[in-house]
Amino acid sequence: MKILTITLIIFLIFPSSYLKADNQDKLNKITKNLRCLICQGQSVYDSDSEFANSMKTLVEKKLDEGLPEDQIYEYFKNKYGEWILYNPQLNKNTYILWLLPLFLFLIGGAIIIKSFIIKK
Amino acid sequence: MIYSLIGYYSLILGLIIGLLLFYFSYKNFYNSSILDTKILSFTFLQLFFVLISFLCLIFSFVISDFSNQTVFNNSHTTKPLFYKISGTWGNHEGSLLLWLLVLTLFIFLFLVRTKNQPVKYKILTLVFQQIIIVGFFLFLIKTSNPFNYIFPTPTEGLGLNPILQDPALAIHPPILYLGYVGSSIIFSSVLAATSLKIISTSWALHIKKWILISWIFLTLGILLGSIWAYYELGWGGFWFWDPVENVSLMPWLALTTLLHCILVLEKKSILTSWVIILSIATFTLSMCGTFLVRSGILNSVHTFANDPERGLFILVFLFILILLSILIFFLFHKDNNKKSYNFFWLSKETSILINNWFMMYFLSVVLIGTVYPIFLDVISSQKISVGPPFYHKLIIPFLIPFLIMMVIGPKLKWIKSQLEDKIYLISFFIISNLLAYLVLKNFNQNILINTILISSALYLFFITLRDFFIKKYKNISQNIAHFGFSLLILSILFNNLFSSEIITNLKVGETFEDSKTKIVFESVDQKKEHNYNAIIANFSILNSSGELDKLSPELRIYNQPVIATSEADIKTTLMSDKFIVINLVQNQDFFNVRYQVKPFMLWIWLSVILISFAGIISFFKKNYEK
Amino acid sequence: MKNKILPFSVIIFFGMIFFIFYKGLEDSKIYTPNVNTKNEIPVFNTKDFFSGENMKSSSIFELDEIYLLNIWSSWCIPCRQEHPFLMNLNSDNTVNIIGMNYKDNLKNAKNFLEELGDPYKEIFTDVDGTIAIEWGAYGVPESYLIYNNKIIKKYIGPLNQKFINEIKLLIK
Repeated sequence: MKILTITLIIFLIFPSSYLKADNQDKLNKITKNLRCLICQGQSVYDSDSEFANSMKTLVEKKLDEGLPEDQIYEYFKNKYGEWILYNPQLNKNTYILWLLPLFLFLIGGAIIIKSFIIKK
Repeated sequence: MIYSLIGYYSLILGLIIGLLLFYFSYKNFYNSSILDTKILSFTFLQLFFVLISFLCLIFSFVISDFSNQTVFNNSHTTKPLFYKISGTWGNHEGSLLLWLLVLTLFIFLFLVRTKNQPVKYKILTLVFQQIIIVGFFLFLIKTSNPFNYIFPTPTEGLGLNPILQDPALAIHPPILYLGYVGSSIIFSSVLAATSLKIISTSWALHIKKWILISWIFLTLGILLGSIWAYYELGWGGFWFWDPVENVSLMPWLALTTLLHCILVLEKKSILTSWVIILSIATFTLSMCGTFLVRSGILNSVHTFANDPERGLFILVFLFILILLSILIFFLFHKDNNKKSYNFFWLSKETSILINNWFMMYFLSVVLIGTVYPIFLDVISSQKISVGPPFYHKLIIPFLIPFLIMMVIGPKLKWIKSQLEDKIYLISFFIISNLLAYLVLKNFNQNILINTILISSALYLFFITLRDFFIKKYKNISQNIAHFGFSLLILSILFNNLFSSEIITNLKVGETFEDSKTKIVFESVDQKKEHNYNAIIANFSILNSSGELDKLSPELRIYNQPVIATSEADIKTTLMSDKFIVINLVQNQDFFNVRYQVKPFMLWIWLSVILISFAGIISFFKKNYEK
Repeated sequence: MKNKILPFSVIIFFGMIFFIFYKGLEDSKIYTPNVNTKNEIPVFNTKDFFSGENMKSSSIFELDEIYLLNIWSSWCIPCRQEHPFLMNLNSDNTVNIIGMNYKDNLKNAKNFLEELGDPYKEIFTDVDGTIAIEWGAYGVPESYLIYNNKIIKKYIGPLNQKFINEIKLLIK
């Protein structure tokens, strides 16, 4: 607990913008989160199909134009649908996806406490 | 031709024996005190016939008998012998035959090796296992017969997908299936034990060995698949959270949980319901994985020939097994421990419960992430993808308390009594935090979650390392496994944080240079093998510390089937891997070159080997104590 | 009573899962993006195929005219298959066929047209494949039927007689 607060303080002192990733890192990060439509099991980053290569070029162009990351995702989402994003956004379609595991975790904790720790 | 016939009729005979075994089990169930030799010999005969059938398929592959459809679809005369053989299980039909072989092998070994358990229990285990076996016999014969006959006989086969022509992938399926399908015996025996109400400490001791076998093979199988993916599939990634990978991870998580849970049961008769549920879940998850992969309901990098009929068969079969387990669980199992579980909350049992709690959470993340797109599609026709960011976001934060619990858990017994230990625990904790902070600060990677993660992994690392030198600490296999796990997490983290990558386009003779690395594209050679032609690109790479490496990635064009693959060249050293791969670009005369330096890559593999080694020690230790 | 509710709810739960998997088996899992027909067609800058001059997309597509945008390339084998159908469609003179030359080598592309004929009213080039992405395409060949700057229909893969008949019907 003590150390958690310490690291939290450290984190607050050095804001995250301290780390400035250059475009190449950003490009890799974004293309890893885009799903390739040709080889549908792979990310754009991992694929070398023509489509994926064009996607990489386009992401690079958009980055050069200064578009922020989330707008690039939004752009591709508009073109190809939510399917293209590997990182599902939190919306009415995905509440269950994101929250069910956490909910199960809480339930599990509750069961453990109820049946083994309180009951003596 | 003749092999196909023998193979096919062996399968039929195996099925008939399976049905006969039901009858003999029924006859012997009430009136025998020793296991009937007929049952044993028939089980052996069944194994024998499946083995014959499997060998026939191998022979058909070896002699390239293209009158067999499976051979025609997956082999070619120019293929090296090794890949002809491994082609046997590199396809849907052959791999299912391997499933069947493992199923029959395990039940035979189970009957032979199980001593000191009631005969009724053995017979009932056999019955449940035979339900699975007969189901698979029917599945194989009806929907995926590996011995289908083609007339007229083609002169040449279609060939094996070149990315499967690889040594790691050749032995990956047999190893993986030993773990994956091996869990069936846990399933059968837990159902038998539940029906007979003999779940106890002695049963736990006996089943633990089988859990360990499955677990060891599953761990190694996943490792092999991962190594293969590393150098064959992508650009240096080794885990893609692809459905097929998730499907093998889920039974592993369930098995690992079960392995911890059984440690409690072998000492005290508690948590029985939980052990039953976990044992059922393990094999059910394996089956569910088979369904997801073979039915084509998900799309993934590794696709098997998809056929909705097959999917439907496995689905129905899977749910029959689930229904059967539910009925047996609710009809026969009464939690006999109505008396309070009186363990102190700072006890080993609590720590194992907490382990179970986290493991189940990880399992639920993987399971939900894998099947959610199917559910969403069916319910609302919305299509989404669930990829690595989802799993990372939900799993990584929970790893921190998990790692810390792995340190404290095994020590809970001592915490109260000995001051010295407390001092060690706290001082190591502080050291790990400082170290993690310094490491990350030096590399300008000041990210909160990484610092905490690395410090907790380092913490586990130091504590387990220290425990090797303490004599009072007897549980060596546990310590090795936990040490291996900390090493694994550390290697993965460092690998992710400190990997560097250069992506560039180069023509022959050109040079790429940045502040740290100089890549010279020296020359291009050609190579002709009888199953592929290759272009070999020779690079020499100079890094900032003056080391010169020669790396030669290849582009291969396989002839049967015609598929171009790109083979990475990897130079592995103790501390880092250098990974280079080239690719053609449409209508351009340059190559796309990717060069990566990936630190601690070797340690990822080593730590997993260490973890499974711990399992092997534990397996033999129990034998020894008896 | 209480110990009966649990088994039944568990069975119903798995029954539902079974049903969903069963339903999920029915449809293909290969994803194809939906076409958003409400949106205007994208605006982009490109080069003319023959002259190499810069041009704007607004100069190609006019209102009140029907266009068929065809993405093609000389290295794409299905494009060869569909080419006769495009020639055939062009001979009717009811629709303006616009070509988008995708990631191609200019010389090969010209040979391709010389060999098989040129059905296109205008051709522009997409050197790096990014314009195709603006359109929401992901491979070659793909074709879009356009009216009033809106996409009416999208065809993935090579055109065939069935599609051509459908296009003719839609034009009417």
